[in-house]
Amino acid sequence: MPQSTRRATKIMDKVARAVPRPAEPDFGITKNSHRAMRKLLRQPVTLVGVGIFVIVTLACLFAFLIAPYDPTAIDMTSVLKPPSLEHLLGTDRTGRDVLSRILFGGQVSIAIGLGSAVGAAILGTTLGLLAGYRGGWLDSIVLRASELFMAFPQIIVVLLLVSIVGQSALNLVIIFVATGWGSIYRMARSVTLSIREEEFVMAQRALGIRPLVICFKEILPNAIGPIAVNITLSTAMFILQESSLSFLGLGVPMETPTWGNILNAANDLRVLRDAWWLWLPVGAVIAAFVLSINLIGDGLRDSTDPNLQG
Amino acid sequence: MSAPVTDDVVLRVNGLSTTFYQAGRPNPAVIDVSFQVHAGQTLGLVGESGCGKSATAASIMQLLPPLARIDRGEVIYHSADGVVDIATLRRDGKRMRSLRGPEIAMIFQDPMVSLNPVYTVGWQIVEMIRLHKKVSRSAARQSAVSLLGQMGIPDPERRFDEYPHQFSGGMRQRAMIAMALACEPRLLVADEPTTALDVTIQAQIFELLKQQSVERSMATILITHDMGVVAELTDRVAVMYMGRIVEYGRTQDILDDPQHPYTRALIAAIPQLGRGKDQQLVAVGGSTPDPYHRPPGCQFAPRCPLARDVCDTIPPMVEVGEGHAMHCWRLSFDD
Repeated sequence: MPQSTRRATKIMDKVARAVPRPAEPDFGITKNSHRAMRKLLRQPVTLVGVGIFVIVTLACLFAFLIAPYDPTAIDMTSVLKPPSLEHLLGTDRTGRDVLSRILFGGQVSIAIGLGSAVGAAILGTTLGLLAGYRGGWLDSIVLRASELFMAFPQIIVVLLLVSIVGQSALNLVIIFVATGWGSIYRMARSVTLSIREEEFVMAQRALGIRPLVICFKEILPNAIGPIAVNITLSTAMFILQESSLSFLGLGVPMETPTWGNILNAANDLRVLRDAWWLWLPVGAVIAAFVLSINLIGDGLRDSTDPNLQG
Repeated sequence: MSAPVTDDVVLRVNGLSTTFYQAGRPNPAVIDVSFQVHAGQTLGLVGESGCGKSATAASIMQLLPPLARIDRGEVIYHSADGVVDIATLRRDGKRMRSLRGPEIAMIFQDPMVSLNPVYTVGWQIVEMIRLHKKVSRSAARQSAVSLLGQMGIPDPERRFDEYPHQFSGGMRQRAMIAMALACEPRLLVADEPTTALDVTIQAQIFELLKQQSVERSMATILITHDMGVVAELTDRVAVMYMGRIVEYGRTQDILDDPQHPYTRALIAAIPQLGRGKDQQLVAVGGSTPDPYHRPPGCQFAPRCPLARDVCDTIPPMVEVGEGHAMHCWRLSFDD
């Protein structure tokens, strides 16, 4: 019967389409990265994070095009003005445009956060790879040093160091790197400890490859997923730290606009009560940006962590 | 199947002893081992698990675990520019590293995990070529592709850009051999290169090794526990038991006329094709002694059908033929 045959074929087609094709076994990171990316972008929450992150970053990056005013231009004729068409987010106590300051301040804050995170990642990963691979006294010394830094409450150490080396954006980055490398070092070390026992590392050694090359070319690519996650999450952490330090007046010098310095105006009850535009928008931007980075970091972890692969 | 017999020795091992330290107790894994490997020839190291085959290989490569040490003996390597005693070199020193690869290369048991999963196979071979030779990336790619072709990998141009997980086990071992040969070593140490592969692939891989060793007049040390492989591929054999070489000689001599009781037992234990399923398999009786509670003399004595009182002292290495020696008291028995 042709009718039923056609129907059967149709059903078969449907079944064939419904049955997923057998997935290839997938061990390679490079190959994985496509899949990781697809998986990352399929999570709606991560997409929200990426959206906020891109908007805020682009707005800050192109502040010189978007910002209506010079962020440091003082205008004593319009002081503490609430938001209006002229000043979309009002003005501060010296008549500077708050929106412009948030946009330009974002440049410094993001640069500090990202710079510190990348710096800490480079330092921590290098030490983790070398000390983990070599082992011995080098490993024990670096391990104790990282424990020392992680045992103190970080903000106290940072405060102490700021009071010693002084306030500047660059000093802040250096301090953040010096206090923040511990966690990523320990992660890179543990990955190295497990991968150096893999047979392919032995095979590479048997073919005369130098230890340094083995560390950076053979082991590092296997650890790149968790390192990327760590960089995003610590970027958020360092942005928050910069903001809190600057809020305390110990971060970046007051004349440079940063998110923390803008927020610094809010350490006054009158401002808190009467001039909400001085702290609410910038607070919201910090919160949203940090949240977006955390969302991206979580998404990245979910899509690259082999333990969570379904 | 016979290799051009040349007399240029590539590696001469003399009285090599290596001790492993586990839980503070020394375990002599390799005891007084001596052999030679000639260019273009294959030496088989045979024995059961834990007899010191791999430890011998690791000593030659200086790839011993941290808690192991070469105690005595020499590992004389005849390189193109002079003679070097590997046993005296620092483990990860410059000189040792410069030997690994372009002079002595090693391939391992499990091809599944011997390649880095994050790089393409071709990339890894190119890296190996460029590490040891100053050639451009495209020239290295060319020779890597032709090397893959020589290893019998079909469509090497396409396979070049694939990842290890896209290769089957046999293909991976071929790729691994290509990587080792990329450095054009004069000595190849193959540590049970086919244990993880199925039988038909094993034969192909051995064929490939044999052919490459002859073509490149490369010396090969083949570690195996398979007597059939020994018969098929090797020119000389060293049979090891509990860290010692118990019998050493030309493969033909040993297979035709095994002298040591252990070698005889090993050969008797091989099932013969065609004798049917009811044939008697003569297993070697007993089991290997605990390495920490060794017999005082001949290590095989407790399992040996011929053992006498004299076997409680360590037997000498006795010549039984031209270039054929065994580690046994048997010939001094009066009867």
